[in-house]
Amino acid sequence: MSIVSLEHIHKSYGDNPVLRDISISVDKGEVVGIIGPSGGGKSTLLRCATLLEHFDSGSLTYDDIVVAKNDAQGKAEYAGKDAIKRAKSKFGLVFQNFNLFSHYTVMRNITEPPQVVQGRSKDEVYAQAKKLISQMGLEGKEDMVPCDLSGGQQQRVAIARALCMNPEILYFDEPTSALDPELTQEVLRVIRGLADQHMTMVIVTHEMNFARDVADRVVFMDGGVIVEEGPAKQVIEHPQKKRTQDFLRTYEG
Amino acid sequence: MSFVSLMSQLGEGFIATLQVFFLTLLGALPLGLVVAFLRMNHLGFHIGKRKIRPISLITQFYISVMRGTPLMLQLLVVYFAPYYVFGMQLSDTSRFTAVIIAFILNYAAYYAEIYRSGIQGVPKGQYEAAEVLGYTRSQTFFRIIFPQMVKRILPPMTNEIVTLIKDTSLAFAVGFVEMFTVARSISNSQRSLMAFFAAAIIYYVANLLIAWIMGRFEKKLSYYHD
Ligand SMILES: Nc1ncnc2c1ncn2[C@@H]1O[C@H](COP(=O)(O)OP(=O)(O)OP(=O)(O)O)[C@@H](O)[C@H]1O
Ligand SMILES: [Mg+2]
Repeated sequence: MSIVSLEHIHKSYGDNPVLRDISISVDKGEVVGIIGPSGGGKSTLLRCATLLEHFDSGSLTYDDIVVAKNDAQGKAEYAGKDAIKRAKSKFGLVFQNFNLFSHYTVMRNITEPPQVVQGRSKDEVYAQAKKLISQMGLEGKEDMVPCDLSGGQQQRVAIARALCMNPEILYFDEPTSALDPELTQEVLRVIRGLADQHMTMVIVTHEMNFARDVADRVVFMDGGVIVEEGPAKQVIEHPQKKRTQDFLRTYEG
Repeated sequence: MSFVSLMSQLGEGFIATLQVFFLTLLGALPLGLVVAFLRMNHLGFHIGKRKIRPISLITQFYISVMRGTPLMLQLLVVYFAPYYVFGMQLSDTSRFTAVIIAFILNYAAYYAEIYRSGIQGVPKGQYEAAEVLGYTRSQTFFRIIFPQMVKRILPPMTNEIVTLIKDTSLAFAVGFVEMFTVARSISNSQRSLMAFFAAAIIYYVANLLIAWIMGRFEKKLSYYHD
């Protein structure tokens, strides 16, 4: 059974249709890579899945929680507060610009949300945070504030912050696009480690080699539609559609 | 007149000045935050493509009137309104009340704009991060936005607070006796500038103290930037 399922999603900004009948679902343990040209709607799709945006029509389900579905007029109708809150506990999101809380230390960035949102005990959360900090290679940085860290370190804190909420699925929106090449690698290594632990992930990325190696499935989006999708190797090395081929050609040496 | 008696008379006036100062802060600091929220409120309706936000519009009007007309005029309106509009008798307490109300209403408008720019300066991504993590709106405001807003507003707030100390002297317009009023009457009767100089020194020292205290706060919050 899939953790998240989006069906027939339509979303416009004003007169500009950005998502046009997108359907996608993700199974437990699966890693899905989303690729495609700028403006194709990748971020909007993640923002709809993480409830930062509402779509116009379609349905969204997390496990057995129906977050939104079409009403009789075919417009998306969102569930009540309670269901939304339960759905939010299912996912985490890692942003391109990290979006850490500037006034908090690394430790507080990671440990406050589980205590405030989930009401978990400080001791338990700290124990988990310590493990995550060492998993992310951030030992010794606990008491530093984001502005004193490199971009790569900030992004690893952001990943730890998301993981400390124990999400069932983690979304990444171009997690390395704001980073220098050296720093990109350290973040990709961490994500690769999560994939090895069978963390369910959806990763929007421009790193084609990474998508090919780490994703089970790759989705190519352009102009608000899914043009092509399939096993990662197949889509990236032997794309079937012309638009995919043209796009991937721009990434070759 | 001896220096000691000059200072003790000015000192009494200064206590009245401080009363106006602290009561204004006590009222205007929280009221300004409320005004900022009303100003940023999105509640409204559409007319064609335009969105009309009545609460925000009314608040913007209030802010622009408070900032666009002299405080002294506002003071006189607040003081005389009960008499002209309701035919009430004016007394000494009504002077004090009028001064406090006028100052709070005026300063809340200035503070509101400072709060607003402080709130809007917090990167939007942090709201989104908090939202995805499941923070409620009030948790997001009090834990994430408010502390960062405080750091951002300290420099402009220091300016406004220094201005407030100086503006208390306008209370003389409705006959409320504070330090400036005292200095003026001493100066008139003594035919000397001594009292004005002494008052100037007291205002100046008070403002140095304020600037120093605010500087300490700024320093305390300088452990991070965005
Ligand atoms: N808040 C918004 N208001 C209006 N239009 C928007 C908004 N957000 C995105 N769009 C438009 O929606 C379209 C899709 O944007 P989106 O950010 O989802 O693309 P993307 O695939 O993530 O691109 P990129 O690779 O550059 O991140 C673009 O045309 C964009 O201009
Ligand atoms: Mg994007």
